[in-house]
Amino acid sequence: MSGSPSQHHPHDDAALPGPSAHPTVGVLALQGGVVEHVRAVESLGAHAVKVRSADDLVDPDGAPRIDALILPGGESSTVDRLCRTFGLFDSLQRVVRGGLPTLGTCAGLIMLSSEIEDPAPGQQSLGVLDVSVNRNAFGSQVASAEVELAWEGPASDVVAPGDVVRAAFIRAPEVTRAGDGVEVLARHRGAVVAVRQGSVLGISFHPELTGDTTLHRMLLEQVAARRG
Amino acid sequence: MVGMTEATQTSAQNPTPVTGSRLVKRGLADMLKGGVIMDVVTAEQARIAEDAGAVAVMALERVPADIRSQGGVARMSDPDLIESIIDTVSIPVMAKARIGHFVEAQVLQHLKVDYIDESEVLSPADYANHIDKHRFDVPFVCGATNLGEALRRITEGAAMIRSKGEAGTGDVSEATKHIRTIRAQIAELQALYTAAPDALYVKAKELQAPYELVAEVARAGSLPVVMFTAGGVATPADAAMMMQLGADGVFVGSGIFKSGNPAERARAIVAATAYYDDPARIAEASRGLGEAMVGINVADLPAPHRLAERGW
Repeated sequence: MSGSPSQHHPHDDAALPGPSAHPTVGVLALQGGVVEHVRAVESLGAHAVKVRSADDLVDPDGAPRIDALILPGGESSTVDRLCRTFGLFDSLQRVVRGGLPTLGTCAGLIMLSSEIEDPAPGQQSLGVLDVSVNRNAFGSQVASAEVELAWEGPASDVVAPGDVVRAAFIRAPEVTRAGDGVEVLARHRGAVVAVRQGSVLGISFHPELTGDTTLHRMLLEQVAARRG
Repeated sequence: MVGMTEATQTSAQNPTPVTGSRLVKRGLADMLKGGVIMDVVTAEQARIAEDAGAVAVMALERVPADIRSQGGVARMSDPDLIESIIDTVSIPVMAKARIGHFVEAQVLQHLKVDYIDESEVLSPADYANHIDKHRFDVPFVCGATNLGEALRRITEGAAMIRSKGEAGTGDVSEATKHIRTIRAQIAELQALYTAAPDALYVKAKELQAPYELVAEVARAGSLPVVMFTAGGVATPADAAMMMQLGADGVFVGSGIFKSGNPAERARAIVAATAYYDDPARIAEASRGLGEAMVGINVADLPAPHRLAERGW
């Protein structure tokens, strides 16, 4: 992708001309736990915008209007259907493939995946993260749980191996296969629950419900790295 | 029930999962926001609902319109029916227990439903007590017609509130009344929080709810749990109106499978709920849906037949 997305800030151009110190994070806002991610992003001093149409996501030239994207938790089959019905699917695919830093949580991970083992009838995924997922691997709601995860992933300014991430698993999916170039960042009871491939982060759980901002800070770290 | 604070004290070296906490119970409701939960009475209907984009289904033997017309005592559904629906769909499955019937709730938890609706649509089993919902790992949604009722249910452990409306009528006027009432009462508390916080003690007495919860609502300007609307939603525009009035999502009971074209209507209500603030998309969703459910005007219902008056 040519051109820095940081030059497309419809929401803060007036206040902050030029590349902004406050990146704009788009949260896909069709269904699910949207406001929790908006609050997490804003608590870190970034700008949050709700993405409800292709026009919110890209400008007329197809360049992203946002510096990073979050696909929140929700019901993945519902969000998939709405994205395809209302013309968001292709734009999402294009911006994530173009290198836009992206975080998918729970249903968002399912949407990013290249294969859903147990899709709802007709359900599709964006195929931008080379993993297979099992949507209901952890079982029904009575198995949903709060867990303190020990981070495995590579050290960064944000998180080091062994650090604790407070996670809520809500009818959570599991990564059953991780392709070449996919780093495993965390496991729960042997199951892979957090991965990264390039600028795409996918996690099974909900840090936005526990108030843990580790993953949001990792997303913003990628925005900063992209800007150099 | 084990609280969140205890979860945060567990060691990462020994990460014991904490199930049934307030956070995971309320968390599932958070993930349903902006969605439509549909009543289904067969596995086939459940499949249609899932395919149309429902975020969850409510498994029951008779939709409220039939409970209303057929009369008699309405109870928890047959476990075979509930299991067949759980086996058919990949989205969350809810089921109803009678008000106060804690053994029906135990059975539903055993069947691994994802949410229990302690519902006035069924015949109450206890006219004094609701279920002590803290004793369960499975979360509960409960109906409310006003803020006091909602706060009493939350005190008993409800992790989600459903404004009641008048189920099985296709008449949205009661749903409108209940969500407007709850929202207005929350706004009143919020105004008092800065203007006259000492008046919140009397408000707690009037609302018959614990002061701490009343003060929490006053401070936040919202309930501490997700609130959906139910009871009479029959069209895409009905659903969008509930969302514009402040609902986090909608339950559609009889409105889908008592209509002429359930699959189309279900898809249209899902679209209108997601794009509730976009009249062009609601118009598009409303085209060519065929017959809506015939419905009953709530004003024509004698008071003893009004389900919303069950629960207190």
